[in-house]
Amino acid sequence: MVESAPPRPDLRALPGASEPKVEIEEVGFYYGKFQALREVTLQVPEKRVTALIGPSGCGKSTLLRMFNRMYDLVPGTRATGKVLIAGENVLTTPRLLELRQRVGMVFQRPYSFPMSIRDNVAFAPRLLGWTRPRIEAAVRESLEGAALWDEVKDRLDQPGTGLSGGQQQRLSIARCLAVQPEVILMDEPCSALDPIATLKIEDLIHRLARDYTIVIVTHNLQQAARVADFTAFMLMNPADRCGELVEFGATVEVFNRPRDRRTEDYVTGRFG
Amino acid sequence: MASVAVPAAAAPAKNRDRFRFLTGAAGLTAPLALLLIVAVLAQQAWPAMTKFSWPFLVGREWDPVHIHFGALPYIYSTVVSSALALLVAVPVGIGVAIFLAEPGQAGVRGAIGIGVELLAAVPSVVYGLWALFVMGPWVFKNLETPISDRLGWIPIFAGPPRSAAMFTAGLILAVMILPTLASISRDVIRAVPGGLREASVALGATWWETTWRVILPAARAGIIGAVVLALGRALGETIAVTMTIGNRNQISASLFEPAYSLAAVIANEFTEATGPLHSAALVELGLVLIAVTLTVNLLALGLLRLSGLAARPA
Repeated sequence: MVESAPPRPDLRALPGASEPKVEIEEVGFYYGKFQALREVTLQVPEKRVTALIGPSGCGKSTLLRMFNRMYDLVPGTRATGKVLIAGENVLTTPRLLELRQRVGMVFQRPYSFPMSIRDNVAFAPRLLGWTRPRIEAAVRESLEGAALWDEVKDRLDQPGTGLSGGQQQRLSIARCLAVQPEVILMDEPCSALDPIATLKIEDLIHRLARDYTIVIVTHNLQQAARVADFTAFMLMNPADRCGELVEFGATVEVFNRPRDRRTEDYVTGRFG
Repeated sequence: MASVAVPAAAAPAKNRDRFRFLTGAAGLTAPLALLLIVAVLAQQAWPAMTKFSWPFLVGREWDPVHIHFGALPYIYSTVVSSALALLVAVPVGIGVAIFLAEPGQAGVRGAIGIGVELLAAVPSVVYGLWALFVMGPWVFKNLETPISDRLGWIPIFAGPPRSAAMFTAGLILAVMILPTLASISRDVIRAVPGGLREASVALGATWWETTWRVILPAARAGIIGAVVLALGRALGETIAVTMTIGNRNQISASLFEPAYSLAAVIANEFTEATGPLHSAALVELGLVLIAVTLTVNLLALGLLRLSGLAARPA
């Protein structure tokens, strides 16, 4: 194992980068006593797609779940370091609910709520107590934004669970667009979908990146290569099974001219 | 016909037939048993049914000496005491279920869960004794009396209260159906995919909003199923009700007055029936009890179908 200091990539040095939207500083994560993540430092550029890749157990999903503190649902977890979104530290913010509305999340499987398509999208606006006309407008805009409007406009009152898997995944994207988040987290959003539905979601990700900062975790290297502007490669340290950041850079660089030997092995399919 | 022999397929086909016959026969036992029970009851009740006809269902008097039988007060008591039990037990049961289904503190929740399930193992006659000697007097002193003193002008709370009354029976029924409600609801709530909870929380919903707007609606069908099962038990419960309801044949608006449920009359009078018609009338009460239970179950099923909840994937 090569012993080296963890990488501290500087966004300004990267071609095509924008201002950092999320700044992750020396982040660590623990499930009970087990350390799952060590000293990750990373800057996520605004209105770009950033992919987190790496083999199972490397901590990429764990890292993603720190952006909106989803780990709060799991008892016995603890985070160290800082995750700054627009200057505010997510890990210690007292305004957690507000934060979660600024950071939307799309999960592996499209979980539609047991209610109509309209109510699914109106879920977060209702929590905020928006007026009816405002909610109606948000429902339409979000469904349009998620490229689902044309398919469901005539059946907004039917249950969301009646849609196909790909449609439901776009519904969950619409659901988080409804309150216009600044950052959208995607945790392997296509892993339960067929190739055509996957393609639609990837197209959508491209379009969403004009207005939103997107962070996507994926197992699928081709997908990362297709959708991401920037890619972070993570790996589990075999010594203590703790996840580390190995390399971060523009996707073309990471895939074609990786600086780290381990990245090269992974992207060329030699392991993982 | 193609003359290609497929011996390999023939044997499994035969096996399949045999299997289908066996499972089919096993499946038929339940409806068959129900049919038989109803048939035998109908046969036994036949003298009373022909003699009193429909007025049996709406009559208010029950007089074995003058052979005058009306079941309405019993039907009323059965339905009201069970409804009261649901009114108390459903919110508590679902609350317990939500608590037990939460992740974390597995030890505490496991212990409480076992405690709740053990409630179901207590024999009804023991519940009856406890209600008669402990709960009844306590309820009389601390709930019925103060409530009827202050709110006696509302007919359902009109006094004078009694220790053995509809209210006491409803409460003990509530305790008895609580484990059914809580443990089934807990399992149903646990079966709601964790992803739904996560998705809701990720949208900025609080624990309460997530539970109320996402988890419970997702578990709705199963919870209604639990309520139906619990109601079935409450309607048919005999001994604990007999010991607490006061056994007075009347229809009173007040919950604090004694009443008399179908199951209680049958249990009390059957061994002392004064004649063949009296016995037949009691059997007919049993038939009515089955009808009430079935109706309630069918209504609940229909309700499920109507709201399209029965066959919804999670």
